[in-house]
Amino acid sequence: MLSRTADHLFWMARYTERAENTARMLDVNVQTALLPQSARSAEQGWRATLGISELQEAFDQKYDKLTPRDVLHFMALDTSHSSSITSCLRAARENARAVRGTLTTEVWETHNTTWLEMQNQIEESDFENDPSQFFEWVKHRSHLSRGVTLGTMLQDEALFFIRLGTFLERADNTARILDVKFHGAATQTGEKPGHENQLDFYYWAAILRSVSAFEIYRKVYRDAITPARVADLLMLKADMPRSLLASLTGVVDNLSMVTGDTHNDTLRFAGKLHAELKFASINDVLKEGLHDYLTEFLEHIYELGNRISREFLVPLAA
Amino acid sequence: MRKFFDEMYIDGASNVRDHYREFEAWLATQSPKTVARKRAEADLIFRRVGITFAVYGNEAGTERVIPFDIIPRMITAREWAHMEAGLVQRVRTLNMFIHDIYHDQNIVKAGIIPPEQIFRNAQYRPEMQGISVASDIYAHIAGVDIVRAGQGEFYVLEDNLRVPSGVSYMLEDRKMMMRLFPELFARHQVAPVAHYPDMLLDNLRSVAPIGVTDPTVVVMTPGMYNSAYFEHAFLAQQMGVELVEGQDLFVNDNAVYMRTTRGPKRVDVIYRRIDDDYMDPLAFRADSTLGVPGLLSVYRSGRVTLANAIGTGVADDKSIYPFVPDMVRFYLSEEPILNNVPTYQCRKKDELSYVLANLAELVVKEVHGAGGYGMLVGPASTKAEIENFRQRIIARPDGYIAQPTLALSACPTFVDSGVAPRHIDLRPFVLSGKTISMVPGGLTRVALKEGSLVVNSSQGGGTKDTWILEN
Repeated sequence: MLSRTADHLFWMARYTERAENTARMLDVNVQTALLPQSARSAEQGWRATLGISELQEAFDQKYDKLTPRDVLHFMALDTSHSSSITSCLRAARENARAVRGTLTTEVWETHNTTWLEMQNQIEESDFENDPSQFFEWVKHRSHLSRGVTLGTMLQDEALFFIRLGTFLERADNTARILDVKFHGAATQTGEKPGHENQLDFYYWAAILRSVSAFEIYRKVYRDAITPARVADLLMLKADMPRSLLASLTGVVDNLSMVTGDTHNDTLRFAGKLHAELKFASINDVLKEGLHDYLTEFLEHIYELGNRISREFLVPLAA
Repeated sequence: MRKFFDEMYIDGASNVRDHYREFEAWLATQSPKTVARKRAEADLIFRRVGITFAVYGNEAGTERVIPFDIIPRMITAREWAHMEAGLVQRVRTLNMFIHDIYHDQNIVKAGIIPPEQIFRNAQYRPEMQGISVASDIYAHIAGVDIVRAGQGEFYVLEDNLRVPSGVSYMLEDRKMMMRLFPELFARHQVAPVAHYPDMLLDNLRSVAPIGVTDPTVVVMTPGMYNSAYFEHAFLAQQMGVELVEGQDLFVNDNAVYMRTTRGPKRVDVIYRRIDDDYMDPLAFRADSTLGVPGLLSVYRSGRVTLANAIGTGVADDKSIYPFVPDMVRFYLSEEPILNNVPTYQCRKKDELSYVLANLAELVVKEVHGAGGYGMLVGPASTKAEIENFRQRIIARPDGYIAQPTLALSACPTFVDSGVAPRHIDLRPFVLSGKTISMVPGGLTRVALKEGSLVVNSSQGGGTKDTWILEN
């Protein structure tokens, strides 16, 4: 397969996954904002959300002060920067268009239709008053593109590069959500002593919901929601679809499918990252410090993305 | 009495041509609501599938859907057989002509075409002189524009031998008609066209460099902002070959390679959809970022096939067009089957004075013009426009030819006011390799503006499905 084609497929998948994750995160914030909380902690929550996507600076340049409405608009609909949901969906479609011949007709049409319907969705969904409807739609389109990809694509290199993009992006996103939310929790708990436990419950339940893990949590632990268990589930559970371990398993599986004998370095790097998660215990991670652990993990994911680019995607000179 | 040949009606709406009778009866039973719904459905599907062309001069990346008309243009088997024979003859001749002028130049020596017409032609490529190409084929894919005029005779309007486009619309229009109106195909024996990509791939493989038994074929595009990008991607996908851009290819050790995730892979046949000028910055335009440095030298040594060949433009130029019937006689010793439109060459003194005296009745074209630009349609022009053209012709007579304004045939077409006749042409796609072949039919383009004779999509033209009826 052409290196450039692989690059477009990889980024098509990453942008689609990124749009979904941003929608999930914003949706949870909208839900959380319905709970009683101080103005300060509410603002912190929205700041943290901007932080996950590294958008603080860009936001502050555009707005004098922070309002939930502006953050939502900025992160969901603003096309002046490349991280908003609409920008991601557009980028996914542009990448798909560049390699439309490599995709099945169904996959291409799914991306193209998403892009065509986007404007209608925004207008019809009454985004200002009910943004959740739009986020639902984004999630559904992402589910659909993933499903149509798995359901129609030949299981060859093209599919493996798409899957690689999906899993790498997902690992990155779950780590970011977890990191920022744990940070947020540290400042949030203790604010209102009387409500502490109750607030904690809603807070962690919201995080679980952001990665579709609330029901799974119940099933797996059959116990009260604690931060340690949430971290355990989202990081180390192999059977939890959006956990770091599951994402890394997906990365390694697909990477080994596209790796020839000459490309062992990238696979080895991913394999070590995978093994580390596989044999980690949540108590050790928490003892070491979750933030430090996740910061390092994100650096490794970034490095892995670069290695994949260098080895497969960026056209090699003669 | 109508001023033009109507494809469906002999004279007036009461008298339908035999081969349209079944369709006309069917159409009469369709409610306007059904028709409107089907048309909307077609538009929606074309948009969703992304069958678009990029529009230049607008915001980058603007894409438009070419209007599609649901009334098919029908041609009888007998008419098609005649046209097909004529196309084979014509394209065979043009390939022989290109080979000749880049080798022995017998046609010039025989005094049939003046040497300056060829060697001072902007499309003549001295780099090709004396170079052998596989099977002596130059125009592997030709799009020949045919119109019907007068009492229904066919005329070749022009030969497109460089990067003719539109074949994807021919295929998509058929798919759309079969999807919208399956019942019509049960009532008519319509010759199928869907095997075109297979024929194209066979054809491209058959002209691989000598000694290559299992050639790697690619389609080469200028990229997704090119107006015909959809077609490039479509053909690559349908043939199951890579769609490459210049940046994906490189030359090493006198061979062309593409950059893949598993390292360099040798390329043998390039179906290129980029003009000569941009193919190799070392040989042609140095500022081209679309091409591949060093490609021409590999090509000249016969280690890669380009389809179409470099330098084919010298044969589809409007200044060469008037000589095609003589070429047929010269190379094949046959009489041409398809007519040329009578053409006045402004470079000839007596023909120039006739043209200047009759501008209001003639169509004048720039010899290198394309896409419906740079032409004067005398009867549809203002005095000022005619005067403007007169000055341009006098200043550079070599640059223009003129033809009588043909009363192009018209086909009933859905327009805002209902069904009305609109002028059409036809572009069949002729493949040359070991043999010359084509699928029955072609792309019918339709001028949607009332009275307009310009069918190009860049000028607001639409398309129709073309039916060759097997009876």
